[in-house]
Amino acid sequence: MKKIPRSIFYLLYFATFIVLLIVSYSSSKRKPESLVELISDPKWLVDWPRWLDTPFKDWINTGWKGFIEDYGLIFDAIGYGLLRGYTTLKTIIVQAPWPIVIIGVVAITYFTSGRKVGTTVFVGFCTFFIGFLNPRFWDKAIETTTMVVLGIVLCIIIGIPVGIAMARSERVRNAILPVLDLMQVIPAFCYLIPGIILFGLGAIPAIISIIVYAAPPLIRLTDLGIRLVDNEIIEAAESFGANKKQKLWGVQMPLALPNIMQGINQCTMMALAMVVIASMIGTRGLGDEVLLGLQQLNVGAALEAGLAIVLLAIVLDRMTQAYGDKIQERTKPQKKKK
Amino acid sequence: MSKIEVKNVFKIFGTNPDSVLPMVKGGASKEEVLEKTGHTVGLDNVSLSIEEGETFVCMGLSGSGKSTLIRHLNRLIDPTDGDIIVDGTNVMELNEKQLIEFRKHEMSMVFQRFGLFPHKTVLENVGYGLEIQGKDPEERRELSMIQVESVGLQGFEDQYPNQLSGGMQQRVGLARALATNPQILLMDEAFSALDPLIRSDMQSQLIELQAKLKKTIVFITHDLDESLRLGDHIGILNGGRLVQTGTPEEIIMSPADDYVEAFVKDVNRAKVLKAKTVMIKANEFNSKDLKLADVFKVDESSYIEQFLPKVLSDRCTIMVVDKMGDTKGYITEKELAISLSKDG
Repeated sequence: MKKIPRSIFYLLYFATFIVLLIVSYSSSKRKPESLVELISDPKWLVDWPRWLDTPFKDWINTGWKGFIEDYGLIFDAIGYGLLRGYTTLKTIIVQAPWPIVIIGVVAITYFTSGRKVGTTVFVGFCTFFIGFLNPRFWDKAIETTTMVVLGIVLCIIIGIPVGIAMARSERVRNAILPVLDLMQVIPAFCYLIPGIILFGLGAIPAIISIIVYAAPPLIRLTDLGIRLVDNEIIEAAESFGANKKQKLWGVQMPLALPNIMQGINQCTMMALAMVVIASMIGTRGLGDEVLLGLQQLNVGAALEAGLAIVLLAIVLDRMTQAYGDKIQERTKPQKKKK
Repeated sequence: MSKIEVKNVFKIFGTNPDSVLPMVKGGASKEEVLEKTGHTVGLDNVSLSIEEGETFVCMGLSGSGKSTLIRHLNRLIDPTDGDIIVDGTNVMELNEKQLIEFRKHEMSMVFQRFGLFPHKTVLENVGYGLEIQGKDPEERRELSMIQVESVGLQGFEDQYPNQLSGGMQQRVGLARALATNPQILLMDEAFSALDPLIRSDMQSQLIELQAKLKKTIVFITHDLDESLRLGDHIGILNGGRLVQTGTPEEIIMSPADDYVEAFVKDVNRAKVLKAKTVMIKANEFNSKDLKLADVFKVDESSYIEQFLPKVLSDRCTIMVVDKMGDTKGYITEKELAISLSKDG
């Protein structure tokens, strides 16, 4: 009986097309004087007809204006809350003596990597070298990291539940996949600028952009990770009478964790990339240094800042990657180590 | 009242099974249905009943629907049509909550590729059913330890499943299924992934356990020898249809159709047939043929292979007796020749 809804779909497509045709014709400013002209002068069949102009941007502008008037306050509140969090966190780390920060990073890496000395020393060295490149970079790197960390936390809070919902329901998946495609494909500047209007200049639109840009891979990998869990293991859980919650938290999530950690790792890298791009809308941090160097045609300064970003990326990557590896080892233990 | 009753169950896979159901009920074959509608027939009017305490083996080649059938019993798969009655409850009428309770207590399952949780230790795996039942950790540990010991895995309880060999993993699977002490054990090709020696080992272990526990076991296999060894009754599936059910002897002595016959053709009959199956009843036996000096007594449930050498070397007649020592019948060389020849 699936044939009937499908033909209705085709009908809907057709109707939408007709409506759009009429709307774009009637709103166009270069309308032909009469329909007769279209027949007598068929040039419009070669070049795209000027009289077909859907007023898409006008719609968006009107909608956008109304949206800001109605909901602007909510975004102000969100922005304010985020800003408070960001400033507090940043100030604490910036004011801490740098040796303590390095010791902190090393300690965290040592813990997350499962006491791997090699990784820990490497990460410690990279952290140290960021400040070594240029004294100014230290505080800027902390600003960037704070934005990235806040962005990732928000990505996780939003992304993992969405990923779970997608894995559970085919319908939710079909609805969300196009949205994810849109988020990944749409050029960053298209939402950076509206971000300024909603949240003002600075760190907050950058954090919001991180969510748009970096959440999709996390969502996808969460979804994939859960769906890749061996069906027989799921059946085993079901056959013992596990309910949905027990199945999810007792079996699916632990087994999907390596994939989810990979997603968080990807998320981190993309967040860092976005923070650098966001410097163009006045976000401070290491990206700001790159921009400054380029504006002054100072290739050395720009590359130096670029190098600092790479070092920061390595540090963040090693920290999240190492944690993922450790989890993987636990879920899939090797044969006895001797 | 049988322990498990399956009544006219149909299962059709595809986008719209209900629309195809009348066609299947009308007797269309699996191939016809696939060609005309694109739907796959999983089970075609399967009815069977399984008695309490017996081992029912469901046999068929891959694609015959045997794994589908076993998943109907705890409703991991819902039938398109039909009823499944376990212990007097119609499983089809249970709502989600009741179904979960039913699965927790009534039956447990052993899987072909073990279905163990890789992130849990052996002990945690064995205790999973108890964990779901909400037993406290102390009790869980105690009960699972008993099961771990009963399958001979003590000392391995803190290992992870993939640190163990296949045979050991399946013993964990078995222990996990037994830990909740269910009435019914579903075993989906439980030993098929194991190599022959270990498989035979596991079969013995299962027979041994079953002698003690007296569970109702539904066992799925594609291996005839396995089914003959384990089964009190055997059901043979072909293309979703149940073509024959019966005791191992019935299946071998009178196969219902060509498919079953092809299956049993190569079986070692001496290993499967029992004395009471091949004997001539005492009252039908012409006692003139009997020379008492050459008589050898065997129990009625012994297999032919147990007394065949004796007959061949001593040229004697077999007297079949029951447990009380009463004579039930006789077997001469002639009966042996008939029962062992393939044309039956």
